[in-house]
Amino acid sequence: MNSTNNALYNYCLRLADNNLILGQRLAEWCSQGPTLEEDLALTNISLDLIGQAESFYEFATTFTEANCTADDLAFLRSEREFVNNVLVEQPNGDFAYTIMKQFLFSTFAKHLYTALANSSNQTICGLATKGLKEVNYHYMHSSQWLIRLGNGTDKSKEKIQFAANDLWCFTKDMFEMNSVDTLLIEQNITINLSTIYTPWKNDIEQVFKIATIDLPTDTNKIIGGIKGIHTEHLGHILCEMQYLQRAHPGAKW
Amino acid sequence: MQKNESSISFLEKQFQEKINNDIKIEPKDWMPEAYRNNLIRQMSQHAHSEIIGMQPEGNWVLRAPTLRAKKILLAKIQDEAGHGLYLYSATETLGIDRKEMIEQLQQGKAKYSSIFNYPTLNWADIGAVGWLVDGAAIVNQTMLARGSYGPYSRAMLRICKEEGFHQRQGYEIMAKMMAGNASQKEMAQDSLNRWWEPSLMMFGPHDSESTHSEQSMKWKIKVESNDNLRQRFINKTVDQAHHIGLTIPDKNLTYNKETRNWEISPINWEEFWNVVKGNGPCNRQRIAHHTKYHNEGQWVREAALVFAKKEMEIQ
Ligand SMILES: [Fe+2]
Ligand SMILES: [Fe+2]
Repeated sequence: MNSTNNALYNYCLRLADNNLILGQRLAEWCSQGPTLEEDLALTNISLDLIGQAESFYEFATTFTEANCTADDLAFLRSEREFVNNVLVEQPNGDFAYTIMKQFLFSTFAKHLYTALANSSNQTICGLATKGLKEVNYHYMHSSQWLIRLGNGTDKSKEKIQFAANDLWCFTKDMFEMNSVDTLLIEQNITINLSTIYTPWKNDIEQVFKIATIDLPTDTNKIIGGIKGIHTEHLGHILCEMQYLQRAHPGAKW
Repeated sequence: MQKNESSISFLEKQFQEKINNDIKIEPKDWMPEAYRNNLIRQMSQHAHSEIIGMQPEGNWVLRAPTLRAKKILLAKIQDEAGHGLYLYSATETLGIDRKEMIEQLQQGKAKYSSIFNYPTLNWADIGAVGWLVDGAAIVNQTMLARGSYGPYSRAMLRICKEEGFHQRQGYEIMAKMMAGNASQKEMAQDSLNRWWEPSLMMFGPHDSESTHSEQSMKWKIKVESNDNLRQRFINKTVDQAHHIGLTIPDKNLTYNKETRNWEISPINWEEFWNVVKGNGPCNRQRIAHHTKYHNEGQWVREAALVFAKKEMEIQ
């Protein structure tokens, strides 16, 4: 693999892993939603994200040995090989916590995909353009709930504020970069993530303001996702998700 | 008093004539209270089945073995939630609301299909549920689509289209496992062994034992007997099982050349009634799950309501 291909491979894994792990988390809501309608909405977002993950894994396989599949990448890599951001692997908590996690991530994905829709790489450009339509909906869905919960009852406000405070330390990880980014930025395949930090933060501030909740002041930052340094939660997610593929090596399903 | 009675009997006569002439009954039409109650019972039970059925299938969403399988299963469960929503709305046309129906479910006053009181223990069970449970549902719902109550009949037509896809994806899982390694084949056969008889029970007791059958047939709430439907399902399914190398777990299974039916051993009705009465492996678990998450969602529903009210006041 040449160095650009190697970087592209790693970059696709990042995008795919983020979507897969968050999709897997959202699927936990299946039959557990606060209403039937919301059960449907959350698992629908899950389905979108898993679909996006699959597309990025498939693109990643074009840089690997011929017989590597998207499923191999999803089900046969271990916790130190996953390069998703630590935010998406956090437990769902209650409904407010899940909505906040989704909002923080979808806002990031919205700006990232908007930028990647201008990528010099055609496949990245195509997948980002297609994914953006879904991400815009995820952003809308989560921001509307955030506003509803912030302006609902005392209890809902307290819960959504708690979620913001608790999850804030994981948000910085989304903007971390390494040599993969350096190489791809040079070729206009991707962007410097620091350029979308301010637009991301502006969106957050704006929605928080309407939701009448405070921007967290937590300066703690928990980072490491792109280096494969995760929180303890990821290993458990993979245990469950990869169980059949691991227990029956080589089986076709 | 006398006049009143005769006017009711006149309406009843008119109602029955409509049914005999295959004219659908619509929500605003006059209908006997017993017809209304019978439908509420059956339709809400159907809606609850769609919703409770999400649990045994949801049990494998996080462990689906491929991305494709995970997507298909998620989409299928969403369809079922959609069916539930649609059926709750159709039932509401009879003058009961969803909240009340859910209370009845949680208090054990309303039933759901007993099949969902069995556990999904291996991945092949997801195949078996789609293939057998949705397969049986198709046979039943195709019949219900010819029923007399307009909203229910239309709901069935719409839902049946999706059930076809559910049945195929389930059968595909089974077929893939039967074409796989030894432990996959073992799982598939084990799964059929456990789901075969419960799926036959889905059509309900023999017509001679069924309490609601006669009146339901007269009112065309159902238009075919339980035993007929069951036989149609058996004939279809036995061939499908053999086609992929599965053995139907019934030593007495024989093909009758004259009737062209597959004949089976007597069904264990004692088990059926036992599960209906609440003593199946998962009855308590299913209702406890439903109640737990319904209660946990209370503050969310409250917040949404309060917010909606505030919005109204501003406007
Ligand atoms: Fe259904
Ligand atoms: Fe179905």
